[in-house]
Amino acid sequence: MNSILAECAAVTRKELVHLWRARSRMVATGTFALATLLLFSFAGGLDEDALRRNAAGYLWLGLLLASTLALGESFRVETEHNAIEMLLLLPVRPAALFYGKAIGNLVVLVIVGLVMVPFTVVLFDAAPKESVLKLGASIFLGAAAIAAPGTMHAALAARARSRDVLLPLLLFPLVVPCVIASVQATQLCIGGDAMGQFGAWLTVVAAFCVVHWSLGGLLFDRVVED
Amino acid sequence: MKNWNTVVGAVGIAGAALGIWGGLVYAPGDTKMGDLARILYVHVPVAWVAMILLTVAFVSSILWLTKREWRWDYLQEAAMEVGVVMGILLTVQGSIWAKPTWNTWWAWDPRLTSVAVMVLTFVGILALRAFVDEPVKRATWSATASVIGWINVPFVYLCVKWMRSLHQTQTPWGTMAPEMLQVLLFNTFVVSILCTWMVTVRYGIAAGERAKEMAE
Repeated sequence: MNSILAECAAVTRKELVHLWRARSRMVATGTFALATLLLFSFAGGLDEDALRRNAAGYLWLGLLLASTLALGESFRVETEHNAIEMLLLLPVRPAALFYGKAIGNLVVLVIVGLVMVPFTVVLFDAAPKESVLKLGASIFLGAAAIAAPGTMHAALAARARSRDVLLPLLLFPLVVPCVIASVQATQLCIGGDAMGQFGAWLTVVAAFCVVHWSLGGLLFDRVVED
Repeated sequence: MKNWNTVVGAVGIAGAALGIWGGLVYAPGDTKMGDLARILYVHVPVAWVAMILLTVAFVSSILWLTKREWRWDYLQEAAMEVGVVMGILLTVQGSIWAKPTWNTWWAWDPRLTSVAVMVLTFVGILALRAFVDEPVKRATWSATASVIGWINVPFVYLCVKWMRSLHQTQTPWGTMAPEMLQVLLFNTFVVSILCTWMVTVRYGIAAGERAKEMAE
């Protein structure tokens, strides 16, 4: 048990070092997410109430679209010069590779999501009525729910033809339930949670996380070893 | 085998003709919806068979991942393709029924949304198969994606019980007129026969393609 945790920590450390060295990549992903927020505000017209009502949806769609860039990039670097073959030669279990990669992607998505929050507040006049901690929890869990299946499918798409088309094609339908629940949880933070529904929506996202983080660890060896 | 397939196909097509007559003539109209409800004689069988086929694809995927026998990959591909066709058919039939009943072609209801997600998930996996050239990778990756994607299938069935939905819940058989139940079960049998025929033919094509890849 200690051994897999140590392996996982080593892969996570490698991912974080790589993220830091290629931080311009994260800046580009964040800028893309902010650009989509702007585009959504044009699409929604000038109805300020509608913009405020849909603010959480815009935030999550922006983050989901940006996630395809971040996830795709995380495996592009491994396929260049066949680095993934070298990675597989390391005395590290595939599950540890998956969790290390997924945690790296989670960090990127959480940072981008948190950067998007103040812009969402300003652009859509959507200051949260609930505590910021609740908002943070919904972004963290929602990002985790995208990161696990995203890492799995990015690994699949990275070595296929037309990978840029394939990743969203595989990922978007799969994460619809978690996006719906995350949007609802975030919207309750913004608009107020008079009926106490926040916990129920967050539980849906948490359940989605449990399923996909478990399946990823179980199936990742099949994806990378063939 | 080829003769057997032809017989199954012919039985399926003849059964479909009889099933259409049963649905349009033999079975009575619904007390509330009248003739509009007759679409259920194709809609319900297609829904059941679509979910069964995608479950067959899921089980075949697990068997490929554990046993590495090519027949499971052929079956996964065949069942998934026919399952996706049935899923698309299901969505179109649902829309045709929804327009006069709900006054809209589409509603963002849990059942409709989860079916759309289910179909799109498996279309994505078929695209994955098309974009991977190496046969073992193609089989393994699509099997992995199928196992993950199948999670939604039980939800499609159960969501009308779990959530507030425009879509009606499963009708208890005892509340249906005997003629209605007879036609519904007969059509389910016919759609199953037709899909078995299509899956068998598609299985043969998948096996032939693999033999060609081996020869190259």
